[in-house]
Amino acid sequence: MNKEKTSNHIDNEGFYGEFGGAFIPEMLHPNIEELKSSYINIIEAEEFQKEFKELLRNYVGRPTPIYHAKRLSEHYQTQIFLKREDLCHTGAHKINNALGQILLAQKLNKTRIIAETGAGQHGVATATACALMGMKCVVYMGAVDVERQAPNVARMKMLGAEVIPVESGSKTLKDATNEAIRDWITNPRDTHYIIGSVVGPHPYPDLVARLQSVISEEIMSQMPEEPSHIIACVGGGSNAIGAFYHFLDKEQVELIGVEAAGKGIHSNETAATLTLGNTGVLHASMTTLLQTKDGQVIEPHSISAGLDYPGIGPQHAHLHQNKRVKYVSATDDEAVKAAFLLTQKEGIIPALESAHAFAYLEQQKWKSTDRVLINLSGRGDKDLSTYTKYNPY
Amino acid sequence: MRLEELLKQETKPLLSIYFSAGFPQIDSLPVLLESLESAGADMVEIGIPYSDPISDGPTIQHSNSIALENGISLELIFQQLESSSTTIPKIMMGYFNSILQFGVEAFCERCSETGITGIILPDLPLEIYQKKYQKTFEKHQLSFILLITPETSEERIRLIDNHSTSFIYAVSSAGTTGTKKGIQGAKKYLQKIQSLNLKTPVMVGFNISRPEDFKFASKYTRGGIIGSAFIKHIENSNHLSQDTHQFIKYIKS
Repeated sequence: MNKEKTSNHIDNEGFYGEFGGAFIPEMLHPNIEELKSSYINIIEAEEFQKEFKELLRNYVGRPTPIYHAKRLSEHYQTQIFLKREDLCHTGAHKINNALGQILLAQKLNKTRIIAETGAGQHGVATATACALMGMKCVVYMGAVDVERQAPNVARMKMLGAEVIPVESGSKTLKDATNEAIRDWITNPRDTHYIIGSVVGPHPYPDLVARLQSVISEEIMSQMPEEPSHIIACVGGGSNAIGAFYHFLDKEQVELIGVEAAGKGIHSNETAATLTLGNTGVLHASMTTLLQTKDGQVIEPHSISAGLDYPGIGPQHAHLHQNKRVKYVSATDDEAVKAAFLLTQKEGIIPALESAHAFAYLEQQKWKSTDRVLINLSGRGDKDLSTYTKYNPY
Repeated sequence: MRLEELLKQETKPLLSIYFSAGFPQIDSLPVLLESLESAGADMVEIGIPYSDPISDGPTIQHSNSIALENGISLELIFQQLESSSTTIPKIMMGYFNSILQFGVEAFCERCSETGITGIILPDLPLEIYQKKYQKTFEKHQLSFILLITPETSEERIRLIDNHSTSFIYAVSSAGTTGTKKGIQGAKKYLQKIQSLNLKTPVMVGFNISRPEDFKFASKYTRGGIIGSAFIKHIENSNHLSQDTHQFIKYIKS
């Protein structure tokens, strides 16, 4: 592998190489400064770690198991292991971050929580954490997503969250994020913004990565032998960073991030940011994004609302540039086929997002000695109507 | 006229008007410049329409979308500026990604060729500006205008004061552009700014939509900046020049 020797981690100013930083309006300066100066001390303190770990164990159900998928392994003539994040409370890895950040918000004496959500998984996780802690919760969700993810909207409302449909722009995740940022600008004192992925201004990408790194920490101790490959889907990229985190400096482990190609990378209806995008600023971070030559953000497409994002976390942009992680893409069709195969072979219905990671199994020739670990980031209950409409067989 | 000259010369309250280029029609910019100049506005802030304007409320988001649908681009804005013979001091306001894609050096060069003397980029913070772009902006004699808000600490206001070359843009309350709550609630904050005796003149923006708001802002600072209220006023205009004159007359009444 022809790889430059650059750090895989963040520098003191919040940059990963040329990516990251905090391109924030002055209105957010005090909030970001407060977070930046305190997040590491808070989350690494013994008291925080004790509370957080206890919640992860008894409330989320961690550690999540590693499951040796024997029939799928046989199908691909290799050894496949699944990290079962789909078994987390609320059905996906998103809860790890939401609980960590709500504890952080309490330490910062915040009383009101805001969040953005696309598919609704992060919104549900945040609403859950807020219900648990008795905090006020406002979730911004694109009006289009409110319509196509109705069950998650109902869950958030039952959990006591106020769900605000966002009517601006393309009415999807990007616009929900803009609106959450505007809310934070308007309510700088009492509010903490729980960003759902490794995106946004520094220190969010690093904060969310640290909170999700429990995934790779567990993988290290659970796998009988070190995996040869770790595969994860990438939208903003939080489950992927979580699964890669402790392996970033172990170069013998091949790391693969799978983006959503939508209807194909040449179809103009795609979310394959690293394949097609270039450097720019989105949601206060220098990263790779889908944009016109004038720098207007292009609306992406993916069958999976959780991967339907025109940018990507700055650490991924960096790991792509320094070639530590291999980034590939899978189309809507490939993802749905992979989901049906997993369901039929193993009795596990994956989230549409996670199905993209499984689609990569088709794209490479595997050796019988490979130990391929796939991060099964969420379960597919929320996607049943899409699956039944889309059955490729 | 250059921005710095205006601020030095005039002692009367200064009225700055913001509008989005390419709005309401793609070629409205030259007409608006002429009308604002003849109607007696003191400076203009030309908005570069962007798909994701995170500091702006619904009115300016909407004018941005319309302008983009109309087909406006930064290059077209510069061409329209070249065709205008107005001398009113001109500032450009936009989001950093537009400038980054155009090329920072090329952008500064075009600004200085087309009579732009000040730049507001709300999402390019002072620290990154200093480290990476200050030299380029200075080479082209562009004043980088920084914002302060009611949440900005005195220490940081002083830092911003030290790095400002034309005026400081004081945001009157926490929030995005386009609320109509007036700025009377910002009295303490404006008094505080006044008491700091900053070396740089201050102009107030956000929440100014009526004559009494403008008067109030001018009582404590060098003047006021109006955006959303003007954009609403010209949104469905068939007589841009006439409607602009009417608006300026109203605000100064």
